[in-house]
Amino acid sequence: MFDWRWDFTFEILPRLIVATGNTLLAAGLGYAIAVVLGLVLALAQRTPFRPLTMAVREAVEFVRSTPLVLQIFFVFYVGPQFGIRLSPWTAGMIAIGLHYAAYLSEVYRGGLECVPKGQWEAAKSLNLSMPRTYFRVILPQALPPSLAGMGNYLVGIFKDTPMLSVIGVAELMHTANAIGSETYRFLEPFTLVGIIFLCISLPTAAAVRFFEAWVRRKLGLS
Amino acid sequence: MSYFEFLSQYSDRIVSGTFITMALTVLAALLAVAIAVAAGLIRMAPNFAVRGVAMVYIEIFRGTSLLVQLYWIFFVLPLFGITLEKFTAGFVAVGMNLGAYGAELVRGAILSVPKGQWEAALALNMSPAKRMRRVILPQAVLIMLPSWGNLLIELLKGTALVALISVADLMFQVKQINGTTFMSAEAFGTALIIYYVLARFMITPFMRWLERFMMRKMGRA
Repeated sequence: MFDWRWDFTFEILPRLIVATGNTLLAAGLGYAIAVVLGLVLALAQRTPFRPLTMAVREAVEFVRSTPLVLQIFFVFYVGPQFGIRLSPWTAGMIAIGLHYAAYLSEVYRGGLECVPKGQWEAAKSLNLSMPRTYFRVILPQALPPSLAGMGNYLVGIFKDTPMLSVIGVAELMHTANAIGSETYRFLEPFTLVGIIFLCISLPTAAAVRFFEAWVRRKLGLS
Repeated sequence: MSYFEFLSQYSDRIVSGTFITMALTVLAALLAVAIAVAAGLIRMAPNFAVRGVAMVYIEIFRGTSLLVQLYWIFFVLPLFGITLEKFTAGFVAVGMNLGAYGAELVRGAILSVPKGQWEAALALNMSPAKRMRRVILPQAVLIMLPSWGNLLIELLKGTALVALISVADLMFQVKQINGTTFMSAEAFGTALIIYYVLARFMITPFMRWLERFMMRKMGRA
């Protein structure tokens, strides 16, 4: 029956805290990839070259509607079949980065569509080059409205990192599983993992909401 | 082995896995909708303690990962004397997780029903229950249906995780096939395409149809 052992809890807590570091690292790296790649995907959908636009659109749709855990397996196991050996970390970062890049590209797309048409026309009439138009005029206006959506996906990517445990990335869930199979005690490790997740994601989500309100105020949106 | 040989040899396992995935999706979706409506309404209760229960539920399930919840329900809950069979544990975990997200959709939709509708129902002397059921909820459903489409795709994707507690769904089957044949691209690639087809050509059209159906029902088509 239900018996929580505090001595065991304190024995495993250091291991779980070290693993939490790995979880945060995985979330951070994956997010960094997603933020950059997502922007590339969003901009690729705005090129005048139709086939590219449609291919990227379809690829984004594909990545968004298939399970991340399957994508992680795919990236990890398909490489070796063609002679490319990826470490669990590399494969995991590629998979999770790509998955969230697809989500973030939708966020950016929304932001880009918010930029008034007059801004494009003004840039054109000033004879600005395409890169200059994007970097100096469009993106500075498109990114702030995207920030809220980006924040939500930061929390999202953090909550999806346990899926990396399936290919052996030593993050929180993987460590809890290992402790469970070493000691045959699942109550404490799995409950602690849940508590650690709550302790990180609730404040982060609150911070994101606060930040969102702040940005909206700064932009005079509300 | 060519891809066609691969398909002819393993298609029955892939098909049976697909059916399990679909069954899980349907059951989890029903549970998620029920929980979402219940938790969404309780979340707006006038009594703080009652409201708190729904808030704690929503925050816990939205604040932790689905995988953590799944493992907890499957491995830890038996220690409390509640043993769920793995299939049941699978769709209960997915349904409870997505139900928490859905609860926020329900709440948001109910709050965005125009104020005049509430006042009109009040003026007609409807009881709060009747007002909710006959006036507010039908309009809220129309508002939240598009978001539910996205949520159901998330739910379908979530069901892939139950393979990790060895429910024989699509994900589990292709993992097994990969383990014996090492034809990873074929096995996982096929599964990716099947999930995509389920999401894009079954869930999305179904939700579109449901939206049109509800619009007609409400006389807004």
